[in-house]
Amino acid sequence: MKNLKGEIWVYSEEKETTYELLGEGRKLAREMNVTLSAITVEGGETERHFGFGADKVYILKGLGEFEAETYAEAISIIAKEREPEIILIGSTKRGKELAPRLAAKLETGCATDCVKIYLEGEKKELIVERWIYGGNALAKEKFTKKPSIITIPPKTFEKPIYKERKGEKVEVAVRVSEPRVKVIETKKREVGEERLEDASVIISGGAGVKRKEDFKILRELANMLRGQIGCSRPIAVDYKWFPEWIGLSGHKVKPNVYIACGISGKIQHIAGIRGSKIIVAINKDPEAEIFKVADYGIVGDLYEVVPALINALKRRFRGKTRKFTENKPLNKTF
Amino acid sequence: MVKIIVCVKQALDVAEIKIDKERRVPVTAGVPLKTSDFDKNAVEEAVRLKEKLGGEVIIVTVGSKEATSTVKEALAMGGDRGYLVTDPAVEGSDTLALSNILVGVIRKIGGFDIVLCGEASIDGFSFQVGPRLAEKLGVPQVTYVHKLEVKNGKVVAERSVEEGLQVVEAETPVLITVTKEINEPRTPTFMDIVKAAKKPLETLSLADIEVKKEEAGEEGSGVKVVGLYSPPVERKNIVIEGETVEEKAEKLAEALVKEGVVG
Repeated sequence: MKNLKGEIWVYSEEKETTYELLGEGRKLAREMNVTLSAITVEGGETERHFGFGADKVYILKGLGEFEAETYAEAISIIAKEREPEIILIGSTKRGKELAPRLAAKLETGCATDCVKIYLEGEKKELIVERWIYGGNALAKEKFTKKPSIITIPPKTFEKPIYKERKGEKVEVAVRVSEPRVKVIETKKREVGEERLEDASVIISGGAGVKRKEDFKILRELANMLRGQIGCSRPIAVDYKWFPEWIGLSGHKVKPNVYIACGISGKIQHIAGIRGSKIIVAINKDPEAEIFKVADYGIVGDLYEVVPALINALKRRFRGKTRKFTENKPLNKTF
Repeated sequence: MVKIIVCVKQALDVAEIKIDKERRVPVTAGVPLKTSDFDKNAVEEAVRLKEKLGGEVIIVTVGSKEATSTVKEALAMGGDRGYLVTDPAVEGSDTLALSNILVGVIRKIGGFDIVLCGEASIDGFSFQVGPRLAEKLGVPQVTYVHKLEVKNGKVVAERSVEEGLQVVEAETPVLITVTKEINEPRTPTFMDIVKAAKKPLETLSLADIEVKKEEAGEEGSGVKVVGLYSPPVERKNIVIEGETVEEKAEKLAEALVKEGVVG
């Protein structure tokens, strides 16, 4: 049963990301004169989706915990019935294994990690943009099959302001196969640890940091600014000091301020920090690439500059009611 | 005994891409090609499993004639035989068309226990080929794996997701995508390279694998790249000057407070 009016669908297993996608989906839906629908599973806060822009919420019944194959199957079943124009999916790790599997089921195109979506020209052709070539270029891509499946990283678009609204609820019982991949153990991040994607301040270290222990200087600055510490890929992959890194193949971060200490600034690293509001570079090498993408740079030894910055900030904050959190352990992976 | 098929891609060496600053476009002419990093991890993992359990490692790629070197490299790393699909009709394939082609080769090879892929390629970075293949082959998928074990017809894999790590289990046949952390790919010795030259390497056309022209290339694709550009970096680029480190740090602290990003 095809809808008379086309639809844009939004799905993410993460609530906040779903709301962000609804915000962006709303704009497209208005321009295309189509319905905006959220795809959800049982047990969610259905009503809230209306407040963030959804006209309709599909509630899929009979699904268990997320598993890419079964979720792809479920969404494909209703997609075949209702033929949405566009399916927006949050580009989390789960979203990125779901979207291509769903696209394969629907024999259609998919563009992952898109940072822009718009309609172009008189024909209002749907265009997405995504980084390719290791962050050297943005590719403009268009779709030649329907539906257009698009994944969008969390925090790419702003969460819209919540407005009390009503909408249509559609419950759909889906019968899918038993998941063939079973989770036998989960090692969760400790409670209170913030994801790098959510950090407002990140102090990051690169090959200029000589020993793992030296990250404590960065941690001190991070704790003072209630931020997190991070690192570039060589620190994680080559030195194995930390399990995670920031960059094209790692975390893509969007803090208010990103302070790169001893990071040379390879394009793959830059691809992970592009969304930062302010980028600060501290590096001994005045020719380092990182200075070209920084708002503020200090040419100098991080072992001198970082402690001096800590002191300078302490002097500024002294006497204010601001509370330091100097000993609070944050983000234990680092 | 395990029969493993590894899909590899010859990609642009992205570290060598320069940007034409006037036209704001990436310059790919003259940029060397190399085996995509994560695919080498996939080959390495396959060879390690074979060394432990016995069996066969089959290398598959799709590309131009030049991609022969990528198959040979994987054979030198320990693959047993290889297939290269090369055909004018392959040009312009997106992940949809590419998965049609790969499925064609995999079907021609016959059964498998595991298909291994890198989680993404260094140039396209779409993360799509693995899950698309799994769907078309009708097998479960385990993605972003950084630790893998195979026992009694099952794979046990550790992978990272947003909120932490997961250990998952699936029966074979299965498709697995691996990350860079799973292993350190070996560098073939001279002898390995010499031996690899004698290993079977078959070049196939679309007709050989029974894939229709309209399932490949632009026609078989769902997405088309219509433009490429390298936007300029819009940053302040202020290098803080000062007599001493303290003075520079002081100025930086002041700037950060003014920006409203700390405090």
